[in-house]
Amino acid sequence: MEVLKIATAGSVDDGKSTLIGRILYDTKSLTTDKLEAIEKTSKQRGYDYLDFSLATDGLVAEREQGITIDVAHIYFSTQKKSYIIADTPGHVEYTRNMVTGASTSQAAIILIDARRGVIEQTNRHFFINNLLRIKDVVVAINKMDLVSYSEEIYNKIKADFSELMRKRDYQDQKITFIPVSALKGDNVVNKSKNMPWYRGEALLEHLEQLDKKDIYNVGTPRFPVQYVIRPKTEDFHDFRGYAGKVYGGELSVGDDIMVLPSKTKSKIKDIFFYDQKYQTASRRSSVTITLENDINVSRGDMIVKSGDLPIIDKQFTATVCWMDAQQLTTGAKYVLQHGINKVLAKVDKINHKINPDYSGIEENVSGLKVNDIASVTFKLNKPIFYDPFKNHRTNGSFILIDTQNNNTVGAGFIQ
Amino acid sequence: MLKKIDEINMANKDTSHINSLENEAIYIIREVAAQFEKPVLLFSGGKDSITLVRLAVKAFYPAKVPFPLMHIDTGHNFPETIEFRDRLVEELGLDLIVRNVQDSIDEGKVKEESGRYSSRNMLQTTTLLDAIEEFKFDACIGGARRDEEKARAKERIFSVRDDFGQWDEKNQRPELFDMLNGQIDHGQNVRVFPISNWTELDVWSYIERENIEIPSIYFAHTRATFLRDGLIWSADDEVVYRDEHEAVEDRLVRFRTVGDMSCTAAVLSDATTISKVVEEIRESTISERGARIDDKRSEAAMEKRKQQGYF
Repeated sequence: MEVLKIATAGSVDDGKSTLIGRILYDTKSLTTDKLEAIEKTSKQRGYDYLDFSLATDGLVAEREQGITIDVAHIYFSTQKKSYIIADTPGHVEYTRNMVTGASTSQAAIILIDARRGVIEQTNRHFFINNLLRIKDVVVAINKMDLVSYSEEIYNKIKADFSELMRKRDYQDQKITFIPVSALKGDNVVNKSKNMPWYRGEALLEHLEQLDKKDIYNVGTPRFPVQYVIRPKTEDFHDFRGYAGKVYGGELSVGDDIMVLPSKTKSKIKDIFFYDQKYQTASRRSSVTITLENDINVSRGDMIVKSGDLPIIDKQFTATVCWMDAQQLTTGAKYVLQHGINKVLAKVDKINHKINPDYSGIEENVSGLKVNDIASVTFKLNKPIFYDPFKNHRTNGSFILIDTQNNNTVGAGFIQ
Repeated sequence: MLKKIDEINMANKDTSHINSLENEAIYIIREVAAQFEKPVLLFSGGKDSITLVRLAVKAFYPAKVPFPLMHIDTGHNFPETIEFRDRLVEELGLDLIVRNVQDSIDEGKVKEESGRYSSRNMLQTTTLLDAIEEFKFDACIGGARRDEEKARAKERIFSVRDDFGQWDEKNQRPELFDMLNGQIDHGQNVRVFPISNWTELDVWSYIERENIEIPSIYFAHTRATFLRDGLIWSADDEVVYRDEHEAVEDRLVRFRTVGDMSCTAAVLSDATTISKVVEEIRESTISERGARIDDKRSEAAMEKRKQQGYF
């Protein structure tokens, strides 16, 4: 069994929360007390059906306005997999939440209201999921019950969406279309009898059969040193371990490595996970590594295989998603956090703004407003060790931190 | 031949997803130690904070856990929890700080609730915030999980609190990829939730797999109890308010969460071992916090408490 994180995207009233509620209900993941609470509130509001969106909209303001304003995480599991759904809001002003939700997800669901078809918002949702290189995307065409389960309407939306797909940058993204009704439960967990013309899988069936190679973008191993472990006890007097998480590939005992930025060479002596030694550390394992030679390594350094170096540079261009009310401007300085490493960054040039609805680019831009996406060149006060985002999702991304109020104000994907 | 770290995951198919949760939690705990000057682990004696202690020990092995534990003692804890706490810190050689709600009451900072539903659960927020200020803690690691409650589902892994310990739920920092931004101003602190993505069943499966010892009240035992509002309350203890007409009866019960005696109800259970508890949770149709009266005060009870600085 593995964990599959899924991001959802859809416009207001596309029925995203209802879809998630439906999945929870049909997989029997809603407990009796939660179900009773939903029944009670649905009745109070005078609905003649169960409002499953009540299962996920957790904040008071959300329940009052009947909208989702922040990323909520929902958990359920089947015999095969453990699922985490990031329920992200669909309004224009909340693009930052969508980028956030998608950044930790391996798959995504884009919802389309069958009555409205592909709208401008759909372009944005697709753009962001493609920008973040989510490998598996499901386009769920919802509210099929309200269009008499029409195959023609489904095909029309599919054709419109395929137009968008031709414009995408990340062509290897796998896209699957599923006609559903979240309210009625068609093709969500169970195959619908109302759409005999659809021969594909129900949504959950599709998610169940995704395996690792469908969802992970594998690169080369990168090991940012998080913490140096020096017990200085009698038993471990000379122990010097480098704690961190392995990204992108595997590291094994005996591997020839190089420590960046010093470019000192050594070999991996031991790989510890707690008190056990292992031959190989797989990607995303949090291990402690010791080296053959006694060299100086500290937090922020990176251990890589010596024949497989990242780019080491003080300047690069990235696609930036701006998330703050205060504008990003040329010449402004930020703390740039790349993995666990922090450097100072100066905006050298805003090259152009990218319209996330695929309508092209805008040049001669002086500043970026919240939810703007743009190509930006940065200069750093010291080099970082990066890979282009298209080769390495973890080592090719960063966040920008405001030096005054410490807020996370932007995210970037290195070109 | 040494094994690949992934292979232990494969050995037990049912719990392999727990490994990825464990790796994520260890990463988060190490970030806390690296990014903050004075972190602390908030320890309640419950299964979630016991799990955190286990993860912290693993994260820094063979070195000692580089931060203390702190228990905000309401004075209404189950005695089994306190005994367990003291034994755990001694065995693992950890530092423990205890601050008492009773002191906050004696100093007149908070007023004891009275009546049928009285509880010290709300009062501990004041004691906690005072202790954070006293020790100048800049990061507090807690065992909250997003699956517990709908307001917690919106919580970040690094959650910034202002000078007053308050949570601004509409203005949270976005968290992208694995990057955790722990930069704060003087006076602010961060609540850190390493097991955010674990479910109740994940925690129990982990406790079973790691063979972690937990307080005895989590297992089925015979207890003098009474019924109120469809929930089972402990009748042994004077801190739990009971009307005279509420009849006491011995029942075979266990506790699913360990909060205060005054706000934690028991559930009927014959699960005497961890594997039976795991089985019971797997088949349960009631949510974990269904037996917590503190969440039932209103639909937004948790959100309100969080804004005020609750765990």
